[in-house]
Amino acid sequence: MKYKTLFAALALTASAVLAQPASAQQGVKIGLITTQSGPNAGLGRDMVDGFNLAIRHAGGRLGGVPTELIVGDDQFRPDAGKALAERMVQRDRVDIVTGVIFSNIMLALSDTVLKDRRGVFLVSGNAGPSELAGKDCNPNFFSASWQNDNTHEAMGQHMTNAGIKRAYIMAPNYPAGRDALAGFKRFFKGEVVAEVYTQLGQTDYAAELAALRAARPEATYIFYPGGMGVAYIRQYAQLGLMQQIPLFAPSFSADQTILPGVGDAAIGMFSSTFWSESLGNPANEKFVADFEAAYNRIPSPYAAQSYDAAMMIDAALKATGGSLANKDAFRNALRTANFQSVRGPFKFNTNHFPIQNYYLTQIGKDEKGRLVNQMRGIIFSGHADAYVGACKMK
Amino acid sequence: MTGLKLDRRTWFVIVLLAALALLPLVAIATDNDYQIAQFRRILIFAIAAVSLDLILGYGGMVSLGHAAFFGVGAYIVAILNWHAAREVPLFGMMLGTHNVLVTWTAAVVLSGALAGLIGLVSLRTTGIYFIMITLAFAQMVYFFFVSLRAYGGDDGLRFPGDTVILGLIDTENDVAFYYLVFGILCAVLYATRRLVNSRFGMVVQGCRENERRMKALGFATFRYKLACFALAGALAGLAGALFAANESYISPSIMHWTRSGDLIVMVVLGGMGTLIGPVVGALAFLFLEKTLPDYTEHWMVVFGPILLLLVLFARRGIFGWFLPKEDRHGGSH
Amino acid sequence: MSLLLFLEQTLNGLQLGVTLFLMAAGLTLVFGIMNMVNLAHGSLYMVGAFFAASFTQWTGSFFLALPLAILATFVVGVLVEAIALRTLYARDHLDQVLATFGLILFFNELTKIIWGPISIFMDVPPLLSGRVELIAGAPYPIYRLAVLAVGLAVALGLWWLIARTRLGMLIRAGASNREMVGALGVDISRLYMLVFGLGAALAALAGAMAGPIYVVEVGMGDAMLIKTFVVIVIGGIGSIRGAFVAAVIVGLVDTFGRIVPAQLGLPTAIAEMAIYILMAFVLFFKPTGLFAARA
Repeated sequence: MKYKTLFAALALTASAVLAQPASAQQGVKIGLITTQSGPNAGLGRDMVDGFNLAIRHAGGRLGGVPTELIVGDDQFRPDAGKALAERMVQRDRVDIVTGVIFSNIMLALSDTVLKDRRGVFLVSGNAGPSELAGKDCNPNFFSASWQNDNTHEAMGQHMTNAGIKRAYIMAPNYPAGRDALAGFKRFFKGEVVAEVYTQLGQTDYAAELAALRAARPEATYIFYPGGMGVAYIRQYAQLGLMQQIPLFAPSFSADQTILPGVGDAAIGMFSSTFWSESLGNPANEKFVADFEAAYNRIPSPYAAQSYDAAMMIDAALKATGGSLANKDAFRNALRTANFQSVRGPFKFNTNHFPIQNYYLTQIGKDEKGRLVNQMRGIIFSGHADAYVGACKMK
Repeated sequence: MTGLKLDRRTWFVIVLLAALALLPLVAIATDNDYQIAQFRRILIFAIAAVSLDLILGYGGMVSLGHAAFFGVGAYIVAILNWHAAREVPLFGMMLGTHNVLVTWTAAVVLSGALAGLIGLVSLRTTGIYFIMITLAFAQMVYFFFVSLRAYGGDDGLRFPGDTVILGLIDTENDVAFYYLVFGILCAVLYATRRLVNSRFGMVVQGCRENERRMKALGFATFRYKLACFALAGALAGLAGALFAANESYISPSIMHWTRSGDLIVMVVLGGMGTLIGPVVGALAFLFLEKTLPDYTEHWMVVFGPILLLLVLFARRGIFGWFLPKEDRHGGSH
Repeated sequence: MSLLLFLEQTLNGLQLGVTLFLMAAGLTLVFGIMNMVNLAHGSLYMVGAFFAASFTQWTGSFFLALPLAILATFVVGVLVEAIALRTLYARDHLDQVLATFGLILFFNELTKIIWGPISIFMDVPPLLSGRVELIAGAPYPIYRLAVLAVGLAVALGLWWLIARTRLGMLIRAGASNREMVGALGVDISRLYMLVFGLGAALAALAGAMAGPIYVVEVGMGDAMLIKTFVVIVIGGIGSIRGAFVAAVIVGLVDTFGRIVPAQLGLPTAIAEMAIYILMAFVLFFKPTGLFAARA
């Protein structure tokens, strides 16, 4: 019987030993953390597909070196995202972590990645919390998307231009939600009737919408990405509010992760964005056509950002001759951002966040009868974020 | 259990603790340093599981809200550290602190006090009502922290984690911190062992078997149960404090009601009503949780039925298999 | 708060209330009659919603899909009862908690395997889309009114079933004195199976009707489950009447709780605490709930 005991103890010790040993360093190993389950799984799917498309466009080898991509699901939970980052950085020993849709998850895992002694890079494929743009900016952090406030600043500017005087604004209560409404208010000069925060992940908005209607605003501005956006816009339309109180939104609540779920109720809605499926430039036309051919659906901004993140890494690796050994060289190569972004003009600010254009789009039907975001003009050109001053990097 | 002849259970305990003591050395020798932090986290949950077993296994009180005390302990450490780092006064008077003597003590005392308050109301009920009211209180605590926007709300709280403990142990040093946690676990096991074998422990176990009889014998059973509940809460708070120091990031999700469910699973999986059982259970549960996803993304579809089978056929838990038959009921170790 | 808003929120609260009642009615009977803690009841809500989504896709009609989904979930419920739960009736509450916690994990993951991890958005059936101006100035979605009406009709039906039929008599007798019903020569295991199946069907109805309003997703039953527990504990375990009263109270508290604190400038999560505070308050004064079935 003692053997049984011994065996149990041995099994325990062995468990520590059996874990995968460190792999020899060659090529590039990338960990992609994204949301693959729940109402926001569609966002994660676009992110993975966009990244894979870029790898394919690079001939299977980013920067011409063997490329290994490890994909993980953060389950829309900060603690799970942090555990995943820990696993990728410490056990799988990835060189770069990318992806990350939600800012609360980004903030939870950023220290795990950026404080690792090996010097791991974090290239955000979506989340751009103000902390990482300002006081907590980091030499190894790069954003392939935008700073959270930017898209909302653009819509604030547009609604001011359109002469709207009284707006009702809503967002989920998490870092990007608060950043969003702060950004909107920075450029909206009218009166904010009410600023309402709801639970992240909430799907029933009956109570909040009744309060909204009672307040009689002139327009509504929301930031609800993914499944929350679908639920919100459907319920807004079900209440008949679309005609009474025009709804304005950033691309996150009007993109291809939202439109199939909302349907024709969304036609006519305006949104602000840094990129759209109908943006005309050669890199984007190739991206959209190949994405559709490969995955049989129109890409969303999440796919575009993720594609750009991969292309940015590809270009930087090419500049260093495929080597990640010299972290300073790789960082400098990333910083030059010498690649063709699908969004057109792109360069990094000193805080490693993009300086780029923001456009106005409107939802309509394309020649195949599908809902798409059609270009309606430019709101900002060469727009930077508001936090760069608080970042000590030069 | 006197003399030099050791029984099976004692062997099991010795081998288990020896394996845990050697683990960092093996991990370093095999270039798996990463595992040290993983097992440290497991040991922290083991402390929480032991604390739950005090009320679940020994006291017969099925609490579905134990993660709340774990979370409160963690939040107190996090909040005090956060204030110290930002130099923002707490309640307008005192600064936070990085000193673990203060933060950990506060965590233990306050989570114990909270458990006392919750127990005061909950222990008036029994059966299903007790399960539900502990769940309700835990939900209240959970949403309280979700609503604390100053401390990150839903998103959790990051705080500087490079704490030096008593001027000796740096939490950044994986190995030293591992041995500290291991030492605390051993101390907790020793203290709880003394406790359950004391008169107090006997009365609490008597209440589990037949509370009416204990009352008839003249014991103020409510007070004993309340003291046990508060003590378990305080120990869970200690585990939470260690967890906060380990992670330097915490979020309300650590006290979600499913985490309370996880703790129950650890206790029963390892062997309820024993003290080593919860440790074994925490090891087995968290090890499975880390390992199974490597084989299939859908590991929970296997794990769920395992729990059901465990309840139906292996109620004594893993450690229970090692106990001699006569000791299987109401074992006191 | 204006009168208009107050009335509209009351409708929203009642609608949540009847949905909670559909969940609570079955669960409270299972708790009361079998003395069984069933954490997996929320899974039946989820399974019902997923069935409804799939059947709507296949048949092209929500109204065809609804009875099919209820039937399918009834079958799932009876199977779960026969395979897993029956052996647990004699066990203590801890075993039941643990085993049905395992069932939640199982059902969530199985649903993910079958339907994929991506949420499903169901459309409101065309017949029930649109709005009526029940309260002047606040057009209200017809579909939500329909949910309210169905919930009330089921509540009435259940009242009739429990108060006026032989089955109802057995159920009432079972809730207040299990041993007696067995002694009367009633086939207890068939009664249990039927009660459990009925509970599953009601949960499926709640889930299927929730589909077009909210999102059909893995884990959607978990949040609902906890609120349902609050309802049956406040109402008193085993009492249908208690479940109805408590469901309406909880529905209203939850709905008003979401806008009142916001208007007072308090964080909205405080509203989430409201129903638990209510529950603790009730249990403090009445440790067996408002309408205890058992003396």
